[in-house]
Amino acid sequence: MPVASGATPAIDVAGLTVVRGRTTVLEDFNVCVPAGKVVGLLGPSGCGKSTLLRAIVGVQQVKSGRVTVLGEPAGHRRLRSRVGYVTQAPSVYADLSVRENLAYFAAVLGIPRVAMKLELERILGLVDLERHARSRVDALSGGERSRVSLAAALLGRPELLVLDEPTVGLDPLLRTELWGLFRQLAARGTTLLISSHVMDEARRCDRLLLMRDGALLADDTLDGLLSSTQTPDVESAFLRLVGQGAAGPAV
Amino acid sequence: MTFRRTFATSGRVLRQIRHDPRTIALLLVVPCVLMGLLAWIYDGTPTFNKIGAPLLGVFPFVVMFLVTSVATLRERTTGTLERLLTMPLGKGDLIGGYALAFGLLAALQAVVATGFSIGLLGLDVAGATSLLVLVAIVDALLGTALGLFVSAFARTEFQAVQFMPAIVLPQFLLSGLLVPRDQLPAGLSALSGVLPLSYAVDAMRTLTVDAAVTSEVLVDVAIVVGFVVAALALGAATLRRRTP
Repeated sequence: MPVASGATPAIDVAGLTVVRGRTTVLEDFNVCVPAGKVVGLLGPSGCGKSTLLRAIVGVQQVKSGRVTVLGEPAGHRRLRSRVGYVTQAPSVYADLSVRENLAYFAAVLGIPRVAMKLELERILGLVDLERHARSRVDALSGGERSRVSLAAALLGRPELLVLDEPTVGLDPLLRTELWGLFRQLAARGTTLLISSHVMDEARRCDRLLLMRDGALLADDTLDGLLSSTQTPDVESAFLRLVGQGAAGPAV
Repeated sequence: MTFRRTFATSGRVLRQIRHDPRTIALLLVVPCVLMGLLAWIYDGTPTFNKIGAPLLGVFPFVVMFLVTSVATLRERTTGTLERLLTMPLGKGDLIGGYALAFGLLAALQAVVATGFSIGLLGLDVAGATSLLVLVAIVDALLGTALGLFVSAFARTEFQAVQFMPAIVLPQFLLSGLLVPRDQLPAGLSALSGVLPLSYAVDAMRTLTVDAAVTSEVLVDVAIVVGFVVAALALGAATLRRRTP
């Protein structure tokens, strides 16, 4: 079982600059994610959320800066079985069944053969896909596919989960169920960093990071954010922070 | 690199192909149909016996090149490669897993096509049939290795497929099948000498005419294997855990 490591943050980003093509996506970016919490990374599409997440899991080339994850430099060999990562598009094999996908990723993670069956059943239960275990992924709905992708990241109980827009396109019931799962994982000490462009999801997070144009607008709890901006909801808080007042286009 | 991860990867690749029976049928049937066509075209002439064996080496090369470059490109575009590279999978596990899986398929293809050509089409080969199959497998591995390598330079499946005429056809033209390599213009003859398929075709030609000389064949095979290893190493070098 993962253990929250006291006061050391799960993620520490210092002075991170990322240039993709000709665009500077992140410039001198600093942020800290506490361990054992559900942290929401909110901001409009194209604000640099995914790039930040990619830098945290160590697949993004960075120009400068330091990203420390669970006490190791991001992308370090020792982190590869401690961090689970889910990209926006479901990154699983469409031409394999759900179980075949999970069995392969479990083998890659080095989960012992004897523990495999139990682990797959545990994971299938967590994401509620037991009924579809033998179905090919390309026969599943979009929401089910993204849960297969999530399931693969949950294998082996990673200490940190980095989820890029995991609830996009899900119906409200499923979304609620997934957030229930995230809370359940956090209660057991897992740290979750979850990006979303739906400001509404903020109320389900312990802490919020608000981003726009590659800059961090706010790093606070929901209550702290609302009281410091004197606004009734995250959407208004966001608009207040970008200096547009209460009126303006929805984000 | 670990055995378990490499075998898990090749098992996964084979499982994907097993879910695609049409691809398996194409892999096995197309070379036989082509050989049959060739036998029919050259009916009553000695030509089929001359070029039959070299072509048995060329087909698996072409097919495996295509299959591998599309398969690895798919792995890149669907994000599964990025996921794998955040996990404890070595580059060697991935490359080795693919080479093993497609090598097995190639072996199956080679056995079927060779058996069909010798048994039913009456292809006459002086050398040992087992050597013929071995050369065909090595050729297929060459296709896999080159496919893995060039897929790194393709962004789309359209591009990946275009690499076939770009990489494979020149090798075919210069391999000595159309004009013997020593009769090619000087520059082309030298170029032919640095292309792997030339040695694959040389090996097959030797097998066609000579029952005894196996060391010559083995040298050619060793050269092709050298190219395979180099292409696999280059392919591994194109796999980057961090991308722009």
